[in-house]
Amino acid sequence: MSLASPVKKGYVRPLDLKHGRVDMGHGAGGRAMAQLISELFAAAFANEHLDRGDDVAVLPAPAPGDRLVVATDAHVVSPLFFPGGDIGCLSVHGTVNDLAVMGARPLYLAASFILEEGFPLAELARIVQSMAHASREAGVPVVTGDTKVVEQGKGDGVFITTTGVGALPAGREIGGANARPGDAILVSGTLGDHGMAIMAQRESLAFDSEIASDTAALHGLVAAMLEAVPTIRVLRDPTRGGLATTLNEIATQSGVGMDLDEAAIPVHPQVAAACELLGLDPLYVANEGKLIAICAAEDAERLLATMRAHPLGQRAARIGTVTADPNAFVQIRTAFGGRRMVDWLSGEQLPRIC
Amino acid sequence: MKYVDEFRDGALAAKLAEAIAREADPGRRYAFMEFCGGHTHAISRYGVTDLLPANVRMIHGPGCPVCVLPIGRIDMAIRLALARPDVTICTYGDCLRVPASDGLSLLKAKARGADIRMVYSAADALALAQKMPDREVVFFAIGFETTTPPTALVLRQAQALGHANFSVLCNHVLTPSAILTILESPEVRELGTVPLDGFIGPAHVSTIIGSRPYAFFAEEYRKPVVIAGFEPLDVMQAIRMLIRQVNEGRAEVENEFTRAVTPDGNLKAQAIVSEVFEPRRSFEWRGLREVPYSALRIRGPFAAWDAEAKFGLEFVSVPDNRACECGAILRGVKTPTDCKLFGTVCTPENPMGSCMVSSEGACAAHYNYGRFRDVPVVAGMTR
Repeated sequence: MSLASPVKKGYVRPLDLKHGRVDMGHGAGGRAMAQLISELFAAAFANEHLDRGDDVAVLPAPAPGDRLVVATDAHVVSPLFFPGGDIGCLSVHGTVNDLAVMGARPLYLAASFILEEGFPLAELARIVQSMAHASREAGVPVVTGDTKVVEQGKGDGVFITTTGVGALPAGREIGGANARPGDAILVSGTLGDHGMAIMAQRESLAFDSEIASDTAALHGLVAAMLEAVPTIRVLRDPTRGGLATTLNEIATQSGVGMDLDEAAIPVHPQVAAACELLGLDPLYVANEGKLIAICAAEDAERLLATMRAHPLGQRAARIGTVTADPNAFVQIRTAFGGRRMVDWLSGEQLPRIC
Repeated sequence: MKYVDEFRDGALAAKLAEAIAREADPGRRYAFMEFCGGHTHAISRYGVTDLLPANVRMIHGPGCPVCVLPIGRIDMAIRLALARPDVTICTYGDCLRVPASDGLSLLKAKARGADIRMVYSAADALALAQKMPDREVVFFAIGFETTTPPTALVLRQAQALGHANFSVLCNHVLTPSAILTILESPEVRELGTVPLDGFIGPAHVSTIIGSRPYAFFAEEYRKPVVIAGFEPLDVMQAIRMLIRQVNEGRAEVENEFTRAVTPDGNLKAQAIVSEVFEPRRSFEWRGLREVPYSALRIRGPFAAWDAEAKFGLEFVSVPDNRACECGAILRGVKTPTDCKLFGTVCTPENPMGSCMVSSEGACAAHYNYGRFRDVPVVAGMTR
């Protein structure tokens, strides 16, 4: 992303961020692209690394002993704007959270934009501003990036890929393979808010709801949790596929089973109602600001208290226990009193017909 | 959640379970078929089986419209969508994954370029046709009596408004004929290899057709029928009512779902349905083969909106995988684990037979919710 505009100020009309639209020129590498970058992206994300205007960001090495952690995530959400957020802040939170749940300190982001010809510049500006705000709030700057434009019909408005770099302190080993029988399973709050907020916005589903996405950067919460219980075994953000799929991943990685208590799993009443209407299970609906934590049983209460003391963990709950089960089955005791499996999601969760 | 949580109350369930255990005669076995996939789903989803005595067995019937849809009918939609780029096929979400011929499904045909869209209602499909006057919008309609009235309504609307670019590929099927087929099957009627002591009748279907159509089964076949809602407490209450009838030697139609079902049902909906549809002489069901007078087709005055007539679509019967036991499972002759394909070749990701297709099918329900019971160590796990 070259920032130095070849356009002499005063001789060119500024980008029309109110009525303009993305055109092929904005991705062609010439003057229009330079203008888009300098007047929109560079202005919004301004920081010492990006401001140098080179094609790469030159970054200081992490502290001695720290390991580098890299995560990348493509964001293709539709609709682009939804209650509680938009694709911009989501693209920051998603990648920051991928780093955070490894116990890493997120340091920098790289962002790549694929824009569709004809996309309104006003909407792009809204997205970029939201992304810049999320990045500043998280303290994780966007230090390099790229922009491409595809012909109309070949994109979905805006696709954003973000890559994050973080530092992992020596000795910290958090991972999906670390769960042990007897461990406690905790979640940081209500499940399914993000997925249901998005679904409620789709044009074919005209139901009124106050459900807002939970999109948020979780590294602050994780830092507090690790301070209270440095030996947390597993952290994971249950995004696509929801809690159910994430727990199945962890169970498989660790070669253990899980035993959940349905009555203890927090779900916002409106999310539960919307899921009921559509025949969906909130355990499979996506989240963007929640995490799962697995720790030794004796640390569970301390960890839970720490989570609840943090704004992003107020509705944290202990939802189950890790069991010895070579089949890696995730089971749940239903609030009704029976028992069943919580299996991997097969394909996409589709509404039932009646 | 108001009006829902009340029917999922664990404490009430425990009391009801005690009552059932008290009333069930330890000296005999009870086998009840829940006809409807909604009940199968509720039983698996809430672990109702855990709350029943060992001598009360639930048999999962063929009442999942997605599961009983034959391959050949989906092929019709896929062939049309792939051959005619100007056609958009709309259907309910859970139809999209049903396996068809050539390794295809509607979802896979979409990936090959066919315009296939998920809708939440028949009205959404008609609205799409209004929005895209240059395209032919075909609503792939499926379902039992519950989803038939909305399809009838949009057909009437399409005719009234003159929407020539809209049509319906009708796959609506009828509950009573399917129940009759099961009762007439040799395993139940002659051989007695499938003991069937009674039915839990479908809730939503009965809101339309009422409870009266089941009186015939109760009388003719001496089988008690209890119509029940889809909440787990409804199901348990229905089981208790069935046990009582069996114990007392009664075979009647009882209505547990009085909050929505009356003896005559919704007469207005029935009138619209008979105005727009007429019975087909025969219709193939997946797993049950040809069943006489078991489905509906669009009547002559609406022929212009009948996709089969409009596009000259021919049904070609396609046999299921030979090793697939779905037919026997749907009739209660076998259980999912009796099938060699279950959980090996046939999984929810790659369903071979009808029972694995939607989450309401007997095999999918057991695979997704209950297969831990097949592994003794895990099933016996305590907290």
